[in-house]
Amino acid sequence: MNQNGFAVRMVEVSKNYLMGKVEVQALRSITLDVPTKKFNVIIGPSGSGKTTLLNLIGCIDAPSSGSMEICGSDMAMLSDDESSDFRARNIGFIFQNFNLMPVLSAYENVEYPLLLTRTSGKERKERVLQMIEAVGLGGHKHHRPNELSGGQRQRVAIARALVKGPQLVLADEPTANLDSKTGQGIIDLMREMQVKNHTTFIFSSHDKQIMDHADNVFAIRDGELVNDNKGGLS
Amino acid sequence: MKTLSIAFRNIFRNARRSIMTVLAIAVSAISILLFGGFVSAIIYGLETGIVQGTGHLQIYQKGFFDYGSGNPAAYGISHYEDVIKYITEDPQLNQLVEIATPVLRIYGIAGNFAADTSKTFFGLGMVPSERDKMRNWNDYNLKENRRPELGLFDSDTEGGVVGYGMARMLQLCDALHLENCTDKAPDTAASSAPAGEDFSSLIALDAEEQSKAPEDKRPKLDLLAATVSGAPNVLTLFVNKAENRGIKEVDDSFVAMHLSFAQRLLYGKGEKKVSGIVLQLKHTKDIPVVEKRLAEIFSARNLNFEVKDFKQLSPMYGQTISMFISIFTFLALIMGVIVLFTIVNTMSMCVMERVNEIGTVRALGVRRSGVLRLFLTEGCLMGVLGATFGSLIAVVAALLINTSGMTWTPPNYVQPVFLTIRVFVNPAFLPVTWLVLILLAVMSSFIPARKAARMMIVDALRHV
Repeated sequence: MNQNGFAVRMVEVSKNYLMGKVEVQALRSITLDVPTKKFNVIIGPSGSGKTTLLNLIGCIDAPSSGSMEICGSDMAMLSDDESSDFRARNIGFIFQNFNLMPVLSAYENVEYPLLLTRTSGKERKERVLQMIEAVGLGGHKHHRPNELSGGQRQRVAIARALVKGPQLVLADEPTANLDSKTGQGIIDLMREMQVKNHTTFIFSSHDKQIMDHADNVFAIRDGELVNDNKGGLS
Repeated sequence: MKTLSIAFRNIFRNARRSIMTVLAIAVSAISILLFGGFVSAIIYGLETGIVQGTGHLQIYQKGFFDYGSGNPAAYGISHYEDVIKYITEDPQLNQLVEIATPVLRIYGIAGNFAADTSKTFFGLGMVPSERDKMRNWNDYNLKENRRPELGLFDSDTEGGVVGYGMARMLQLCDALHLENCTDKAPDTAASSAPAGEDFSSLIALDAEEQSKAPEDKRPKLDLLAATVSGAPNVLTLFVNKAENRGIKEVDDSFVAMHLSFAQRLLYGKGEKKVSGIVLQLKHTKDIPVVEKRLAEIFSARNLNFEVKDFKQLSPMYGQTISMFISIFTFLALIMGVIVLFTIVNTMSMCVMERVNEIGTVRALGVRRSGVLRLFLTEGCLMGVLGATFGSLIAVVAALLINTSGMTWTPPNYVQPVFLTIRVFVNPAFLPVTWLVLILLAVMSSFIPARKAARMMIVDALRHV
């Protein structure tokens, strides 16, 4: 973790895409510090650049310009394999569409990140069972994703993101494909798990009601950070 | 990592497509193994038949192979017993050579004057017991290649065996009780009494032979050959049986006889020689070692000999093998291309269907090499399933064919032989075919797998 207490530090980060022959600027000179062990929300309308920002923070995309440190590591210095290993150790992902592996059971989906970090069999089993119980799916651990409801799938995804004890958990609109009641349950669960595991959470949403749950809110519009209303720096 | 387990589950996500792919590989395995087994049966069968008949190596006076058939007497090996002794008593050759036996080639005219018919013959003088021993050579344990005994005996120096076609042409079918063979009615218009009388007058010269004839009830042939001095010589051969020699040209003119009989016919009362010495080895693979050692022995003793192996002596062997190997190679290549395209197509579809999943596992921390490994493993598993299933079917089919009694007539043969598929006669054939198909499946998976591994994570996650 960053010695200054920031999970993410971004300085003048921009991201441009080529769409056909036209260059589109998805992020414009974002400077951002995300404090550790907080529940952080990036909020903004569709197309504002939330997902692009999360992709950069999650080290699955590279900035066009600017510098960034994730969990104290300068991402520009890492090779593709090192970046993969870094993600495997330090970052958990929760996707809008759950993105569970359909051929694996709930238990095996949660176990998957621990296989990447070569955790021993005994410890792996303990941690997976503990995490599945924590998200309330003890009775569904042998079910495949297609045998689970949307809310249950997202709970599996949360367990998968947290099982390795990552420093940073990124959730890209995790409630977008859920009904409001189930979505609220997922937000509550994420909040609970964040507190319990002392992890830094960053998730994106276009729902302003979500701000009530957040320690920090970063608002983004047209690729620019427009404000932070709970202590974030812009 | 659970790569194998995940790969195994992945290939059954679209079970119908995967089963079709596995079946395509299996069909390739079956085709290659069955046709390869058929070619193996031909190769090993042909080799066994030739080695049983003519041995692995034959030793001649230098020049005999090229010019000897025109004048076999001029290229005879004298003191051949000594040469055989050099071979059988050599510590190295003794371990490798099964039999060393003399042979005398002879050409002439055979006549059955009771039926007023004659024809040219190609004769072999041999030591019967050693020839019978040669017929037991069966290094590849081929059941269908067990041959009956020759029908000559060491004690019966006047006995002989003729080819089936020779017997038919010389009107010996009834006398030898041959199946599917009837003697032609005498053609009075075409008969040539004067020629017969001339030939008979030559026979009468050998009073000793004539005196034996009435005592023996076996059918007889009078063999006429020119001696080394150029004089005509006639001896009476008592025919024990007719044997089908396979190839028509040989079958129609073959006469086997006791070595001493052939020597009397060719050399008369002069020095007894042989045209060559036949060596049958314990194993075909020892030919180069034996050839090298023979060259050393001949050089040390100033013997001007040449050694020919069975492939040189029977050019038909090499031609037949080349033809079947060419057909097999062509078939194997086509099957390989089918496997290649089938796997490429299947794996490309797999990658296209799982783009989002590839992005997910990459985001979770799987390296590019991990994605590559996963798809290669899936291709490999399909290869293993197809090759194994195909191999099992091929083995069962081969067993069924081998016991069905089906026959076919090889090129240049006069009668059909049993159709046999030898999948196991070459121990490496089945494992190598299995392995090559699997390697082909892995290689075919490489391009789609590489494409999957090189995907940009964000593009893959965005893919719908």
